[in-house]
Amino acid sequence: MMGIIGDLLKGMGVTGRQMIATIFGDGMITTEYPKEFREKPDRFHGRHVLNRYEDGMEKCIGCELCAGACPARCIYVRGKENPADAPVSPGERFGFVYEINMLRCIFCALCVEACPTEAITMTHLFEMSTTNREDAIYTKTELLINEDGSANHMFPDDRLANLSELLQADGWMRATAPQGRVEYEGIPGWTPSAGVGLRPPEVGQSGDAAARDFTLPDDATSPEVQPDEEE
Amino acid sequence: MDWWDVLLVVVRVVGVFALLMVVTVLLVWIERKLVADMQNRLGPMRAGPHGVLQTVADGLKLFFKEQITPAKSEFLIYMLAPALSVITAFLMFLVVPFARPFDITLGGEVRSFTFQAMDLNISVLYVLAISSIAVYAVVLAGWSSGSKYPLLGGVRATAQAISYEAAMGLSLVALIMFIAVQNRGGDVMSMASIVDFQAGTYGATDGFLSFLNPIITHIPKWFILPQVIPFVIFATAGVAETNRAPFDLVEAEQELVAGFHTEYSGMRFAMFFLAEYINMFTMSALMVTLFFGGWGGPFLDTIALNVGPWLATVVSFGYFMAKVFVFLFLFIWIRASFPRLRYDQLMDLGWKRLIPGALLWLIASSLALAIRQFGLPWT
Ligand code: SF4
Ligand code: SF4
Repeated sequence: MMGIIGDLLKGMGVTGRQMIATIFGDGMITTEYPKEFREKPDRFHGRHVLNRYEDGMEKCIGCELCAGACPARCIYVRGKENPADAPVSPGERFGFVYEINMLRCIFCALCVEACPTEAITMTHLFEMSTTNREDAIYTKTELLINEDGSANHMFPDDRLANLSELLQADGWMRATAPQGRVEYEGIPGWTPSAGVGLRPPEVGQSGDAAARDFTLPDDATSPEVQPDEEE
Repeated sequence: MDWWDVLLVVVRVVGVFALLMVVTVLLVWIERKLVADMQNRLGPMRAGPHGVLQTVADGLKLFFKEQITPAKSEFLIYMLAPALSVITAFLMFLVVPFARPFDITLGGEVRSFTFQAMDLNISVLYVLAISSIAVYAVVLAGWSSGSKYPLLGGVRATAQAISYEAAMGLSLVALIMFIAVQNRGGDVMSMASIVDFQAGTYGATDGFLSFLNPIITHIPKWFILPQVIPFVIFATAGVAETNRAPFDLVEAEQELVAGFHTEYSGMRFAMFFLAEYINMFTMSALMVTLFFGGWGGPFLDTIALNVGPWLATVVSFGYFMAKVFVFLFLFIWIRASFPRLRYDQLMDLGWKRLIPGALLWLIASSLALAIRQFGLPWT
């Protein structure tokens, strides 16, 4: 009997302590969204964007690998031959129709993994509520980033649109040795992207900011692997 | 009995109604805030400062919601059950005195204005009776919905009510017996006199404990001290009677959707909700009145003598609310801390612990009272 009472008191002690920590200390773990926005983790899986190269060319080459990788089958891609006089992408073809049904997407980022050119990446944008199903299907209009690297928002005037997050499509994902050099084997790096330029390559998948300052090997002189000074 | 008396009764009843409504609105908010704090959350923040008006907003929303009637329901009973639950909830509070009475002169006659809608000389029985009727609201709501989960909730309510009301009644028997022996000839079951009996502090003793007199003479004469066990049983049964966690098997969300009120929506649902919070307040008020001296507290008589009876009334109301809030806080704290009991554990606690405990206490305390009064049989 005494044991039971002791257990009960112990349980109440836990909630009591949490209450005091929440009221008087820093126990509170929720924030008053949307009044307050929380810093999101670097690799947060928000909604997708289609990236461009620095010169404005689209990265997507319409290969449909993302659509094939998608477990939710929510991507539809139709590629098209690049017009010879005004190519849209550096490859042979470009993504002519590109749709993602956000109602089905499970934000697993397998599409991002599959993409050979890092055309599709994920952002920190997550406010995607809509009032009808059509609006939940993102087409190329919404997905493709602008020339300055800012993402398109489906409802830029919406109360919930956090416009500060639109400014940089982060394109943050795996990208193994895009430079194609052996020194970078197994080290994530980036391709140059509009609005961001070329980011410094990184060591490892995580780690603190200092660890990301990867010093290039001595023979790494080819210009495209230098960190972009303008960013 | 003249028109002034009628007016006073009306004023009192309306006052009690208003008090209960205000308390409910605040209590729902306080509960949500406190549970949120215990779970490291913010809780309601939008409606009014720190979400104080959230309950009003919810109430308005429910008011405008459609009231769905299931096709298989017994419509008349289905419709009346929520009303029954609210009515019994209001009725139960009528006998609780919540502030110090004062005298006013109306129509050339001095009348005592009591802060209690009515003072029955069988208040304790009345409370037990009404709380049994309140169970019917739950049972009938569950049965008349014509749906399985509510029915299960209703059946559970029956079993739970039988087990816990017995314990509750038995614990009160011991208390009333104690009061009756202490205050021979008084109105031992009237709430107003129960509060009066608990006024003041213990007198100095001249026995071997006399060295404690400086402390003893400051201990209020509340019934909690001699009657701890009935209080514990009453409080446990009270939580079970109000169907609150951890005894909320009647509306166990994880098993029964929402239990007996699954099929209710709009205002009919709001009535059950209202009744639950009024009951919670009434239970706390009863614990305060029966065991913790009601509205009584230090300095009341001094204030009444030196400043005025009205201030003493206000202060006593403050004492009452402060004491009640302690128990409401406990209700909420318990809800935030404990998982729901399993059905067999509920029955175990009721029949194997509370009822035998209450019976044992009843026998022991009646023996003690008899010995104190008549002496040992062989002397
Ligand atoms: S994140 Fe996953 S589910 Fe969503 S589009 Fe990409 S592959 Fe499909
Ligand atoms: S987004 Fe990437 S994977 Fe998908 S079609 Fe374009 S280039 Fe291919």
